[in-house]
Amino acid sequence: MKHIKAINQKAVRIEEYGRSEPGTGTAGGPGGDDVVALETRDSGPHIPLGCSLVFSPGWEVDSSGGTAGLCAPVERDLFDCHNGCFWPVQVPDHLNHAADWTSTCATAQQDWRKIDLIFP
Amino acid sequence: MSALGLREFHPFEASGQHFLYMVPSAGVFHVDTPSWNVLRTLDGQPMAPEELTEALADRHPANEVADAIQELLGIHAIGDVHLPPTKSLPVIPPQDFPLTTMVLNVTNKCNLACTYCYEYGEDKIVDTDFGEKPKFMSEETARESVDFMFEEAGTNRVANLTFFGGETLLNFKVLKKTLVYARERAVILGKEVQFSLTTNATLLRPEVIEWLVDNEVGVTISIDGPKESQDEFRVFKNGMGSYDVVQPKIRELLKRHNTRPVGARVTLTKQNLDVMKIFRHLTDDMGFWSVGFAPVTTANGRDYAIEGDEYNDMLAQFEELAEEFKEAALENRHHGFSNLNETLEEIHKGMSKAFPCGAGLGLVGVATDGDVALCHRFAGSDEHKIGSVQSGVDREKQSRFLETHHIAHKTDCHTCWARPLCAGGCYHEAHTRYGTTAQPNLHYCDWVRSWTDTCLRVYGEIATHNPDFLRQYDRVAPIPA
Repeated sequence: MKHIKAINQKAVRIEEYGRSEPGTGTAGGPGGDDVVALETRDSGPHIPLGCSLVFSPGWEVDSSGGTAGLCAPVERDLFDCHNGCFWPVQVPDHLNHAADWTSTCATAQQDWRKIDLIFP
Repeated sequence: MSALGLREFHPFEASGQHFLYMVPSAGVFHVDTPSWNVLRTLDGQPMAPEELTEALADRHPANEVADAIQELLGIHAIGDVHLPPTKSLPVIPPQDFPLTTMVLNVTNKCNLACTYCYEYGEDKIVDTDFGEKPKFMSEETARESVDFMFEEAGTNRVANLTFFGGETLLNFKVLKKTLVYARERAVILGKEVQFSLTTNATLLRPEVIEWLVDNEVGVTISIDGPKESQDEFRVFKNGMGSYDVVQPKIRELLKRHNTRPVGARVTLTKQNLDVMKIFRHLTDDMGFWSVGFAPVTTANGRDYAIEGDEYNDMLAQFEELAEEFKEAALENRHHGFSNLNETLEEIHKGMSKAFPCGAGLGLVGVATDGDVALCHRFAGSDEHKIGSVQSGVDREKQSRFLETHHIAHKTDCHTCWARPLCAGGCYHEAHTRYGTTAQPNLHYCDWVRSWTDTCLRVYGEIATHNPDFLRQYDRVAPIPA
């Protein structure tokens, strides 16, 4: 920094924190990695916790090959992600940007196909 | 970004330079003129970066202002006014916090009768005269306490054992045995133990001094200054002043005790407020290595309580001593004003306290019967008991205490820039003044802010002219409670 100089030990740490490079930084820190929803911060692949992975075998269908017997059918999963947890990649921002996104979908299990894509 | 505004910090000036004390992180930054002008321009009137650049165009080129803005944003000195203030961290009481210091009240009896004493005087919280607690700690309880201390020290390699009273040396027999036992246990457990004690010096006989020197026991002497100061309150039960008794003994101790520095601890009262004179006497005349001052702990209205303008008087003298300390530091000379020395260490480390002190966390006080209290000042009080050396710390009680006393719950403190260092102040002081340990000590807020500002300015001066002096604070040593 050109204009500001760290004087005490804590200031040095604040400065280092601000300088941290992507990939090595602390989640959420300036210059650090982005915080990704539902993630764990250990090294290794990014595994979201708290909901099912879309590609997890055995989660999308029940034992008869349908979805009705699942405790949370795929149709419901969408709304679970939408209402129950913050999963920004999969659902649009229904508070600010796409408030009427689900207006054509009165009953999720019947109408889920009516939900359209949202473009920014 | 819509508009930039100031975030939380305390600006101070030292050697004509501008510094920021960040709140609540406690980082200290030096800012140059362009950055300072950015801050000054934003004070009280948030504006967009472009407006800011324009406002400063006559003094600084646009790229310089832009750089300064970026850097100030980086340390959170400024920020978007529409963003919510940084949320404080959730209150999570530390679990299994290792014990650093155990204060062992080896007796609750004293051979002096200092009128202002928190243990015997008008504001006492434990019935030390007719209460049920034993007057002296037994050898067995002291041994159990040592076991407790090592157990609670957990992964800490070093444990600190402070002997306290009453008058500590009234139970010299148990002190000696306890020290030997603690040493033996430390060897077996592969740990180290350091000893210190506080005494009124009346019982510093030659064999006691010998023992203190041989065992490298750190000594703090409670003394109020020259004869007229000492004899005002520090009297024997027959009313006779103690100065003439303690003075030769202290001189003998200071002559002999070269293994650990010996400090003086002065209680300031309305009647004894000549800080400079006391300091001179204790350092120059008597030879103490360091002197620490504390205003008497008292309920409102006691005739020795420091009040109103007297706080300003005390502050002015503290500032005078701070100035002397600074001059000494710039020439790498020692100066014994320990109040400043300790605060400088806290500033240097950037301590931001969730709790005002380590009481009930890294420090506990043990009463004569083995009851564990928040600190030595509460030893023996059932209300402030958090366990016993025999049965360990009551984790639930400790947790509850830490949760309710966290700075997050002291709403009065939330707008104060000095909270990283003060955190509401002494629990015992609060209990005496307001009847509850959870209350911040609002009666000395202005004083604490002024004093902290002085300490910051001294820190800034030393950092500017003799930064090497501050290296002594880099050590990773626990700060004495």
